[in-house]
Amino acid sequence: MEYLIGIQGQDFVLVAADNIAANSIIQMKQDQDKMFKLSDKILLLCVGEAGDTVQFAEYIQKNIQLYKMRNGYELSPKAAANFTRKNLADYLRSRTPYHVNLLLAGFDETDGPGLYYMDHLSALAKAPFAAHGYGAYLTLSILDRYYRPDLTRDEAVDLLKKCVEELNKRFILNLPSFTVRLIDTEGIHDLEKLMPVGAKLLAPAPSS
Amino acid sequence: MALFDVSGYKSHAGLRGQILGTGVGHLVDRPNQEFAVPVGVDPSGFLKSCSREGGVSIDLNHGTTTLAFKFRHGVIVAVDSRASAGSYIASKEANKVIEINPYLLGTMSGSAADCQYWERLLAKECRLYKLRNKQRISVSAASKLLCNMMLGYRGMGLSMGSMIVGWDNKGPGLYYVDDNATRLSGRMFSTGCGSSYAYGVMDSGYREDMTVEEAYELGRRGITHATHRDAYSGGVVNLYHMQEDGWIKVCKEDVSELIHRYRKGMF
Repeated sequence: MEYLIGIQGQDFVLVAADNIAANSIIQMKQDQDKMFKLSDKILLLCVGEAGDTVQFAEYIQKNIQLYKMRNGYELSPKAAANFTRKNLADYLRSRTPYHVNLLLAGFDETDGPGLYYMDHLSALAKAPFAAHGYGAYLTLSILDRYYRPDLTRDEAVDLLKKCVEELNKRFILNLPSFTVRLIDTEGIHDLEKLMPVGAKLLAPAPSS
Repeated sequence: MALFDVSGYKSHAGLRGQILGTGVGHLVDRPNQEFAVPVGVDPSGFLKSCSREGGVSIDLNHGTTTLAFKFRHGVIVAVDSRASAGSYIASKEANKVIEINPYLLGTMSGSAADCQYWERLLAKECRLYKLRNKQRISVSAASKLLCNMMLGYRGMGLSMGSMIVGWDNKGPGLYYVDDNATRLSGRMFSTGCGSSYAYGVMDSGYREDMTVEEAYELGRRGITHATHRDAYSGGVVNLYHMQEDGWIKVCKEDVSELIHRYRKGMF
């Protein structure tokens, strides 16, 4: 039902997530932000079981901030991804595993941009592009076809738009809007929300 | 708790105190809420055995309809009053709204016992917060407290779908909290097995600039039409209005009278 996508360029990472918070067949909220800011240049995108997503993401978020307070410097995206994976793996064989699928996107001063794919079984892979959810079945091939490592920012946004239009066309569920963010050497930038033509937004976007 | 002390049960909070050192005692404003559960008790396994054929069916559907929505003049809260145990109607005038304080309300759907216990515990925590900090707790914090209580019992079969409604410094607040520790802030929510019917009526009749009377009518309509279609909802509509200076109870009307008024042509 939920959808996450990430595209890495030469000096940026572009990520997007849908905005629906659903409960069985009902859309409870149409402006849910599924991205969690771990640090100035790291975003964690989190989907999965109700309750688990926010709890696990906030747990990781606060621990990353605690590390910074204790040690005076921030974890790199690679370290943050591995830390997250370790926590997920530790909980996996406990009484209360967290059923979440994640994308971690970040920009490191030395290594450059990085996109990390993590699933609910705690598998971790660094990838040039990635997607989660049923929508991934429709869009990964588009990414395979049109992705190039030297995409400019505008080209990456166009590629993202292609994916979202495909979902709008072929995916049975209505996903009317997507939050889009870009991470580069200057930090995290909010881009314009993607609203595919024809998808219905239930109520006018509220101010809160 | 006497049994707690006598049983020698080592709580993880004590262990945390050893690791972090004393002095971090009151950073988090939450008391020790663990039950002294004997070894080998498995609530979720027990519940699984009860809810299939072959055993007593403890049907934990959220058998209710409750709704709440924000509009220009505050927040409207409307709930039904049927308490069901399977196909038996245990009460036709159950109280599904807990009045936490003059500025906070909580609605209940799901297991009556869970809702009543945890929301009364929330009321206690809100009162303690006010006494400790000399200011009323915010709606956001109150809903987070309830959410964290649910988180502590994750996977153990709690059943609660609740909306925390209030008015604080940030204006009107509406949060949905449920038993799997989901917490959502929004403008309109409905919970319980009649919620889909209530959403239908509310979404089609809602306008942000409704008058107060129109909003009361929308709340009444939402519950009434849901009780008409949903077998596990019924009784009376309890309607509350959360305003800037606190909540008021607007009315308590029988759904059978309301439905006859609305569907004049049908009957």
